Amino acid sequence: MAVDTKKCVGCSDCVVACQTENNVPIGYCRDWVVEVTNGTYPQLELEHRSERCNHCDNSPCVRCCPTGASHYEAGGIVTVTHNECIGCGACITSCPYDARYTHPEGYVDKCTFCLHRVEKGQQPACVSVCPTKCMYFGDLDDPNSDVSKVVKRRKYKTLIPEAGTKPQLFFLI
Amino acid sequence: MREELIVSGRMNPHIDPHLAIWEWQIPAYLFLGGLAAGILFFAGFYTLRDKQDEYPTAVKLAPIFTPLLLGLGLFFLFLDLKHKLFFWRLYTTIRLESPMSWGAWTLMFITPLSAIWAALHINTLFPRWDWKFDVVKDIVSWFASYKKHMAWIMVILSLILGIYTGILLSAFNARPLWNTSILGPLFLTSGLSTGAAGIILLSKSAKERHHFARIDLGLIAVELFLIVHMFMGFKASTQVQIDAANMFLGGEFTAPFWGLVVGLGLTLPAVLEVLELRKRKVHYAIAPALVLFGGLLFRFILAHAGQMSRWLY
Ligand code: SF4
Ligand code: SF4
Repeated sequence: MAVDTKKCVGCSDCVVACQTENNVPIGYCRDWVVEVTNGTYPQLELEHRSERCNHCDNSPCVRCCPTGASHYEAGGIVTVTHNECIGCGACITSCPYDARYTHPEGYVDKCTFCLHRVEKGQQPACVSVCPTKCMYFGDLDDPNSDVSKVVKRRKYKTLIPEAGTKPQLFFLI
Repeated sequence: MREELIVSGRMNPHIDPHLAIWEWQIPAYLFLGGLAAGILFFAGFYTLRDKQDEYPTAVKLAPIFTPLLLGLGLFFLFLDLKHKLFFWRLYTTIRLESPMSWGAWTLMFITPLSAIWAALHINTLFPRWDWKFDVVKDIVSWFASYKKHMAWIMVILSLILGIYTGILLSAFNARPLWNTSILGPLFLTSGLSTGAAGIILLSKSAKERHHFARIDLGLIAVELFLIVHMFMGFKASTQVQIDAANMFLGGEFTAPFWGLVVGLGLTLPAVLEVLELRKRKVHYAIAPALVLFGGLLFRFILAHAGQMSRWLY
């Protein structure tokens, strides 16, 4: 997935859409908006980022999980099988992005890229509601997908790539 | 000055403002595991060297408590699980790349082994113990004939268990404070040291106590060296590890760590042990009690501070 930081206005529609679509318990979120101010007054620069699990290619969360509950789905999406998860918290501790949380029911929960929608050919909830259309989703192995086309065209960054997890969330700059 | 201000809309319980997913259960579990590993190591080691009569506390008395320590540790681990009904999933797979997995399996083997060892020596604690049924007696004497083999397995498994308590944390690249390979040896040394302290506390013979006080002194020296080495490594590493070290070098953990863990839990008992070996009058229980206290606090501070060390905002 790619997020255009030049278009994002920080409205948090994506956050609410995700909470509604995925029945996220009150007080929790799977995606969130970060506002970064950079520079020296009066030369300030503002960046909005809609962040979520990076569905890393080399995910420590999958590696650390003692039961195999955290795993890659076909296509590279990282998900948690609820009734295999024991709630040990190893994956939460292992994620440098702190993208996971323990669901009040006990298992660990996080962004699934709305796999249930994607399987039906729809866009993830956050992507589909964004009023500025700043998110691009798709299969990176398919050169014609929205995300492949936009990362070819635009400059982008990933967050803390030096943590070594090969994050797959691209921020267009 | 160039500045960066970050405001995040995320406020997930136990994740923000900083990670606090592991509370007292995990450090307590690591402490009990390390203590039991230390005791079992010495029991196995001195059995292999045929010193059971010289060091009866180490070989016979102290290990009787290890099944309880390990059982309690496993119970704490269980308490930490948030999806408890599915805990059995831990034992339907082995995942070698997950320290939590192979650690849980190591415990699954060493706990029954420690219970058998305790059964073999139960007479030391309760001289009039009787197994009542012949079957049980037969089983116990069958195990007794394989004592040396068991001692070998115990030495190996206890070293794995001791080092695992550190590797469990050091395998997390996401927490810069833990992400150092020194942590495994450091926790192992600390576990052996608390094991020696436990033996000193239980021992009734001054000769045995002095022997383990000498061992403990060596272990404390290694621990101090590893701690300094660890912070040197952090200071020479990336920004996230420098920040992690700074929590202990001027930051909020400076006083509890250097004062209580290094001062009260390592240096003071070392001084007391030297004095005792020089035949000065100090109560023998003070030094080992301090070592145990230091070992427990060390794990609590490291577990807590590690979760506060981070890569991002
Ligand atoms: S962002 Fe965190 S939870 Fe998501 S795949 Fe990467 S390590 Fe796992
Ligand atoms: S909390 Fe669940 S998903 Fe996470 S590591 Fe433990 S078992 Fe795996």
